[in-house]
Amino acid sequence: MKDLGAIAVFVLLVGLIPFCTDSGVTLNFVMTALYACLLSQAWNVLGGFGGQFSFGHALFFGTGAYAQAIVQMQWGLNPWLALPLAMVFSAVVGALVGGASFRYGLKGSYFALVTLACAEVFRIVAVTVPFTGAGVGLMLPLRESAASMQFGSRAGFVWLMLGLVALALLVTSWLKHSRFGAYLQAVRDNEDAARAIGVNPFRVKLAATVVSAALMGAGGAFYVQVFQYIDPGIAFGPHTSVEALVGAIVGGLGTLWGPVLGAVCLHILADLTRNLFGALPGINMVIYGSVLILIVMLLPSGVAGLGRYNPLRRKSTKVPPE
Amino acid sequence: MSATPLLKIDGISKSFGGLRAVHDVSLAIERGSLTALIGPNGAGKTTLFALASGFIPPDAGRVHLDGQDITGHPPHRNAVLGLTRTFQIVQPFAAQTVRENIAVGAHLHLARRSAALHYADGIARQVGLEGQLDKLANDLTVAGRKRVEMARALATRPRLLLLDEVLAGLNPQEIAEMIPVVRAIAHSGITVLMIEHVMQAVMSLAQHVLVLAQGQLIAQGTPQDVTSNPAVVEAYLGHGTAERLRKAAAQAALRESTS
Repeated sequence: MKDLGAIAVFVLLVGLIPFCTDSGVTLNFVMTALYACLLSQAWNVLGGFGGQFSFGHALFFGTGAYAQAIVQMQWGLNPWLALPLAMVFSAVVGALVGGASFRYGLKGSYFALVTLACAEVFRIVAVTVPFTGAGVGLMLPLRESAASMQFGSRAGFVWLMLGLVALALLVTSWLKHSRFGAYLQAVRDNEDAARAIGVNPFRVKLAATVVSAALMGAGGAFYVQVFQYIDPGIAFGPHTSVEALVGAIVGGLGTLWGPVLGAVCLHILADLTRNLFGALPGINMVIYGSVLILIVMLLPSGVAGLGRYNPLRRKSTKVPPE
Repeated sequence: MSATPLLKIDGISKSFGGLRAVHDVSLAIERGSLTALIGPNGAGKTTLFALASGFIPPDAGRVHLDGQDITGHPPHRNAVLGLTRTFQIVQPFAAQTVRENIAVGAHLHLARRSAALHYADGIARQVGLEGQLDKLANDLTVAGRKRVEMARALATRPRLLLLDEVLAGLNPQEIAEMIPVVRAIAHSGITVLMIEHVMQAVMSLAQHVLVLAQGQLIAQGTPQDVTSNPAVVEAYLGHGTAERLRKAAAQAALRESTS
């Protein structure tokens, strides 16, 4: 299939970068850009394909991050085992939050608010309870070896992240070419019409939340492995939620490459501004906000929509009167 | 001979606050029939559809599909059993092509994406959409979107199809083109219950007509029966109209004979 070929080429090209350079700056840039891609792709599964806009995806990110740290430090498991477990933990939290929200028919801004609130609840709980290290956070003991997922060079992390991004790309491509994906988009576009022709919207949205949460959890686990530290603010703060959703919206909702494009564009932009305005921490959030406004106004189908831009498409967002 | 009707509704009622939208309605739809449900605006026709298909749970009464009690079942379960509805105000998956729209319905019985997309082609031919398969649903005319609505429902291979005003909002030419499509659906063996205001269509399509007024079933029978039924005339044109019309007709007949 065309998509699978494109994914293979992408993985091959990015995978070769560490062979072409050992510049720590370049590899670090590639790694963090891929990381941003993963977050946006995770959000895109639920937000782009499912039309359920979550403002609290940090909830799943933080769950994955803490699970990765706790499973290693307190259960003594290998980080390579901890990673899938972290994804499972995030998926379970996704099932609980999604289940509760969709059971009571929360949609649109109500769903967004509930996810935002849940992330905040988790942040406060993480500050309080002892097994998350409370406000101090958790510091992963330094054990530099590939076996403990702490690579000596950035190259290892680039390949690990590339593997996770490839997984997210495969999941997204499956959404584009499967019954489940068709049902998910049908529910996004018109829930009642979907119900009338045999789609169970609750089950479909719940499954999308679980998948999205698991991918987001992988992002959190990766964060812990790279920075060897997690605290409640990093884990459940709004920054990660915003990064995930802005990348997907800027890139193009419900597309395969949109979140990748969006996340990379934003990442370059944020990096440039950090160099220009180094003295202003948090300036990247200002940039994200401004870009988001511009994109929503000028390019509602995102950067990925530029290629197949046609004026009819914009006109057709208005339903003509009957 | 099995005498169970395909759809059987017993004493169904639904109130919204103080408004009795549907009150104690009982009806039976025979297998293979094409039945029209008519009635003035606000009679409760669409509510009755929503009750039958599971979009709204009834306050009282039962719904049976082919002898099986489906009261309170959610719509997606009813679709699996073969009961599908369309909407009066068309509800396309706007950002998707016609083919993708129909394929969602086809997925009820076909798990593979390619199979569902292929099946959509055949259904599109059935409703006259074969030339528009790659257009976005929202770029179609109202008539086109009504066809998408029907095609999507047909793709689920229903036994009973509830059509909610597929002719509303169409011009006379479009209506003339749509009537054979509905007739062909009925001839293909699908039992059809349609809400319709266009009497030309009701008279030419339906074998049986149900008349709903103020939430109650006031008459049923052949199209000719119900249109000459005084209760039906009054429901549409107001209390006393039937009497006035009858007198006027009698006087006209009298003048005719004396002159």
